[in-house]
Amino acid sequence: MTVESPKQLTVISGKGGVGKSSIISALASFMQENIILADADVDAADLYLIFSPEETEKEEFVGGKKAHIHKSLCIECFKCYESCRFDAITEDLVVDPLKCEGCGLCYHVCPVNAITLEDSVSGHLMVSKTRIGTMVHARLTPGEENSGKLVTEVRTRAKEIAVKEQKPLVLVDGSPGIGCPVISSITGADLALIVTEPTISGIHDLNRAVELVKQFRVPFILVVNKSDINDEITAQILQEFGSRALRTFTLPNDLFFTKAMLNKLSVLELEAETEKQAAIQNTLKEISQVIKQLLKIQATK
Amino acid sequence: MTIIAVTSGKGGTGKTTIAVSLALSLENAQLLDADVEEPNCKLFLPIKPSVVAPAEIPIPVIDNEICTHCGKCSESCEYHALANMPFEVLVFEKICHGCGVCSYVCPEKAITESPRKIGEILSGSHNSLLFHYGEMLVGEELATPIITKLKKFEDQTKPFIIYDSPPGSACPMVETVSDADFVIIVGEPTPFGLSDMKIVVETLEKLGKKMGVIINKDGIGNDEMEEFCKAKNIPILLKIPYDVKIAEAYSRGIPLIQAFPEWQTKFVELANKIQEMIKNDS
Repeated sequence: MTVESPKQLTVISGKGGVGKSSIISALASFMQENIILADADVDAADLYLIFSPEETEKEEFVGGKKAHIHKSLCIECFKCYESCRFDAITEDLVVDPLKCEGCGLCYHVCPVNAITLEDSVSGHLMVSKTRIGTMVHARLTPGEENSGKLVTEVRTRAKEIAVKEQKPLVLVDGSPGIGCPVISSITGADLALIVTEPTISGIHDLNRAVELVKQFRVPFILVVNKSDINDEITAQILQEFGSRALRTFTLPNDLFFTKAMLNKLSVLELEAETEKQAAIQNTLKEISQVIKQLLKIQATK
Repeated sequence: MTIIAVTSGKGGTGKTTIAVSLALSLENAQLLDADVEEPNCKLFLPIKPSVVAPAEIPIPVIDNEICTHCGKCSESCEYHALANMPFEVLVFEKICHGCGVCSYVCPEKAITESPRKIGEILSGSHNSLLFHYGEMLVGEELATPIITKLKKFEDQTKPFIIYDSPPGSACPMVETVSDADFVIIVGEPTPFGLSDMKIVVETLEKLGKKMGVIINKDGIGNDEMEEFCKAKNIPILLKIPYDVKIAEAYSRGIPLIQAFPEWQTKFVELANKIQEMIKNDS
């Protein structure tokens, strides 16, 4: 059976710090023969800490343009300063690269052509070898924007590699929030895995994340992580969202996850020392099986 | 007036916990929640906020009667938000940045601008605490313009203005901290926490910001974060131990200083320490 169109699963959360990367690293290590891993949390990528990637390719990412005022030609009419809507030109008529959005208005208004727009390298895309297979990841230069565009490049590349390596599934680690980079990580995905935590903040953010995947018509499975911090709210989440998710799971809070991280391992690569930890591992394996079933993934190996 | 921004890099380290408790501990402060994608401060405050302003982006409106389909507008748009079709020019509203280039370059002056709502600014108060937050509409792409709008509601009469920043180190965070006198980075002492903190520190160094670190969930991981701070000469302002009881109170929407009143004096000391540090540096 040849893989022509690999499926895509994206892990998102709305709320930050609920355990996306910890969970996806476990799923990736368990399903490693059938997946390409993509770290789309481009301004705070963490999976490299678990999987110690060896870079095989590295490309510059041009996110947009930045304006540059050539002082030798500038007649100091201040038209650019007055026109810029992003406050990106200082009183000394210098472009602040962190504020410049590369729109080009200053270039157009300048009466003496003293302003040029130049391609701006705002990050890097990497393809790497890891112990669980190929990983595509990226690094957005701190302070930059257009992270959504870089996320799209990561996903596109991961899909290409999945076809090349005949892997039926691309696993995408998304970023927190619901804005541009998250939207770029879920559009066209076959399934979303939404991770939440049983807190007031968690429910609030979950509502918005669920609304987002609904808008983009991506079905989802739900994982309530650290579920035993508040059993009441866990029950409330399962009740409110149970019917909207394809499946729901709970994982209790355990420093097992941190221990795995400190050892540069996924939770499924560590020896369980207690029944609670073994149960966590079983749930993660079950989630993997459900993902394969829902996406009709037939193991190629 | 001292502006303090609370950032993190990694999500879920405790920005909101700290921003809320810091603002509540101070007499006469303003709290602004700039995490417009997922604004959580409101969940911890006994405030019923109301909308004070919409957040809008000016988007082009093309008069198809005057338009000659020369294509200059779509050629000039750096975001590919315009498409010059045979019978009309299509505007892809959600990716339009509201920069004004298309209306400027149109040789027929066929383009005007109309505001499109992408979010709201809400506000309320409790005793002497003034609270504002921005909330992005679900499905919108751009958080930064909403943060820019939120910043216009700073109350200059307040001695302390506290910002709860979005996570990460990209454009929304940069916009939030750009006028801050001091930035608190909240970190969790784990490998993920440290990795993300380093990225934020790099960004703040680029911006020339004074910074300090609060280590939250102390004891959960290792000492590498503390060693990093020492090596970079970044002061560690406070350490909050990992405690399931703190997590449990947080889960119920109870601010730290309410569940554990002994922390109130520590937050007041924190604010004073920060003011000292700002004074000493200038």
